[in-house]
Parts: sequence; C-alpha cells; structure tokens
Amino acid sequence: MPPTTSLQAEISQQISAIAENPPARDPHWPEHRPHLDYAPYRSSLLRHPTKSLQLADPETIELTSPAFGRRDVGEAESDLTTMSTGEPLGERMVLEGRVLDGDGRPVRGQLVEIWQANAAGRYRHKRDRHPAPLDPHFTGAGRTLTDDEGRYRFTTIKPGAYPWRNHENAWRPAHIHFSLFGEAFTQRLVTQMYFPGDPLLALDPVYRSIPDGGARAGLIAGYDHDLTSPEWALGYRFDIVLTGSRRTWIEPEEGEE
Amino acid sequence: MSRLPTPDQTVGPFFRDGLVYSGDRDLVAPGTPGAIVLDGRVFDGSGEPVPDALIEIWQPDATGAIVSESGSRARRLGGFSGFGRCETDAEGWYTFTTFEPGPLADGAAAFFAVKVFARGLLAVLDTRIYVPGPALDSDPLLSALDPARRATLVAERTASGLRHDLRLQGPGETVFLAFR
Ligand SMILES: [Fe+3]
Repeated sequence: MPPTTSLQAEISQQISAIAENPPARDPHWPEHRPHLDYAPYRSSLLRHPTKSLQLADPETIELTSPAFGRRDVGEAESDLTTMSTGEPLGERMVLEGRVLDGDGRPVRGQLVEIWQANAAGRYRHKRDRHPAPLDPHFTGAGRTLTDDEGRYRFTTIKPGAYPWRNHENAWRPAHIHFSLFGEAFTQRLVTQMYFPGDPLLALDPVYRSIPDGGARAGLIAGYDHDLTSPEWALGYRFDIVLTGSRRTWIEPEEGEE
Repeated sequence: MSRLPTPDQTVGPFFRDGLVYSGDRDLVAPGTPGAIVLDGRVFDGSGEPVPDALIEIWQPDATGAIVSESGSRARRLGGFSGFGRCETDAEGWYTFTTFEPGPLADGAAAFFAVKVFARGLLAVLDTRIYVPGPALDSDPLLSALDPARRATLVAERTASGLRHDLRLQGPGETVFLAFR
C-alpha cells in the first residue's frame, strides 16, 4: 500500500470531525445538498469549485425541461431482468416510487434513468476492476417515464456492495444510481438510492457528504411488503422530491384536473 | 405537504451504461446545413483533463424558440432536439453538433444552459455558455461579473463553431450558478 492510503478509521474520524464542526458553506448552496469540498471523498479535492456561486435569475430555457415521450423509452426498458436471453442471478426486486416537486405535486411524463452493479457488485463498465463475476444476463441499466401520478416502477436485481479504492478497504454500500428530470432544467437531479439497514452507510464518504441527517435518510428506500410479489420479488419504495426554480404553477381550469 | 428535497449524489465513474446513448451529443445530424460544433475540454484544479465528466446542454433553436415536443432522447433524423449529453473523452474533450442558439428575447444574449456531472463532484453544477456578440454587454448575469470571471462563461468562435473549456477549480475557474 502506498503511504498516502488512509485507513477506514482515519476516514471515519474525518467524517465525524466534519459532522461535529461543519465548514462554512456557500450561502447560496441549499442546506439539503452535499458538501462539494469533502476531504473524506478524495476525488472531490481537485474537482470542487472554490469560488462562490454566482446568484442568477433563471431564464425561460432554465425554467423549462427537455420533453420525453413514448418514442424515447421502450416499454421493456423498465425491466432489467428480461433484457437478455437468460435471467440474471441475484435477489429479484420491484422498485416503485413517485417523483414529486417541492409542493408535493407529481412530476408527470418525465424520464427516469437508473444504472447499477450486478448482484456480485460488478458493473459492466470496462474500467470496473473489481474481481467479481460479470453476469452475462445483466446490463444494469434501465429507464422509464413517470405516469400521471409521477409514479415509476422498475424490476431489477438487488445490487451488491463493491470496493472502490477511495481508501484502504473502502466499500460502497449497495446502491442504485438515479437520474431525474423535472419540469424545469434547474430541477435536474442525479443521485443514488440505498437500502435500509446497510452497515456500510455510516462508513461511506459519498453518503456522509450530505450534512443534513434528514435529507440523507431520504436516500434510503423503504422495504414495502405490499409491493413484494408472492413467489416472485421483494418490494422497495423510493420517492424523490425535486426542488429548484420553476415557473409559477398555473392552476388547472375548472374540471380539467 | 412539504417534504425534504432529495439530495444529490455523485454520478460516479460508471454512468456510461445508464446515461450514454447513441447520438446523445448530436442535437442535429452532423452535416445538417447550419450545424455547428460546440466543443471544449474539462479540467480539474491541477489543470489535468477530466476524462470522466458528463456535460449536458439544453438550448433554444437558432430562432430562440424552445423545443417543447418529446423526442429529446430518441433522435429523429432531420429534427432538432434542444437537449444533448456528452461524456468527456480520455483528454477531457466534449463535442456537440448543434445549431447556434438564438436569443430568448429580442436583443438578449444567447446561451446554452449547461450541467456538469463528474466522478468527484458530489452534486451537479450549473453554468452557461454564451455565444459571443454585442448582446453580451447588456446581459444581467454577465454584467454582474468582473471581466476575468465573465470570460469563463463566453465561448470562442472557431472555424467549425464554438469552443469553451470548463475549469472546475483553480485559475480561470468557471463561474457556477445558484438560481434564485
Ligand atoms: Fe455505483
């Protein structure tokens, strides 16, 4: 090991020190968002802005969003277990949730993209060097559109945890990456969903980069036995709340809603 | 009902399978009359290229009109999508084929709305890439910046279109935005 490699204990100590004594944040950076300059996540050191954010009034282009529809997404793309000639290995799961705006209104007809490791904790990406098996029947990517209630639903395999070399013996908690569009480009969100009760969460610099405990907890899916299908798949629920500037909502006409 | 907003997490190093798709960087088919190339490199705080960033642009068409029909992911031959996405290459380059955006209002400065994602970036960053021209002088955002900072938001004209580097940190650091 090169001498610069930190042990988990050192990283955990840094995480605790920052939590106890939070650094000053840009006044325009919302409370719920992660620290951008977060030493325990080593790759952030040279990639976070150091100048203060410039406050701007969003223009119309920023207050609208790219539109997606039927021809952008295939019906079959929300089922990650049927994209091959055979079935992927692992624990089959159904993942459902709603995409809402800050006022609790559904985000309708918008694109939801996900990607993840396979059950063994391995991505198909050629730069993934984790010596765990690839699954020939699992690509690990899916997409869908939200319905009129803002709901999405995927069928997939529970991803495995994986090592990531941030420090010695660093392991990412099992997670599914999510990409979301809102009604305005300012609402665009890329995040990660985690699983309840994962002991790696407390040790993970990416998860712990979010200073607000309540916001952090919002990234953990709930196990939902009502979503679990008998003899088939476990059910998890994960709702997403978008924020950011958007056009003032226009009340629907009488009888339109 | 009010709930806490969902926080960001990094796009990580393995977003290719989930986010990259065929034609994602071509808002118009290359070779379309009037098409330009918008390209540039992404650099980190030590001046090294960032080979695992994802740049997204969202822009009006050449007349300043915003595309409102679906099809932002499925590219229809001959059509124009106002949305594009490009993963940087090993030297940190991103390259889009598009139309030069028109102004959103008469006399306004024209720009691309830009999102920057990367491994090491815990949240998405917002910025703009402005088209050079006389309208820049009256732009409210650019007018609020000192000239050196302003320059980090304005593209340079090239033979094929526009070029604009993004610097996440350090000298010439790009101006990143917080919206009201
Ligand atoms: Fe991951």
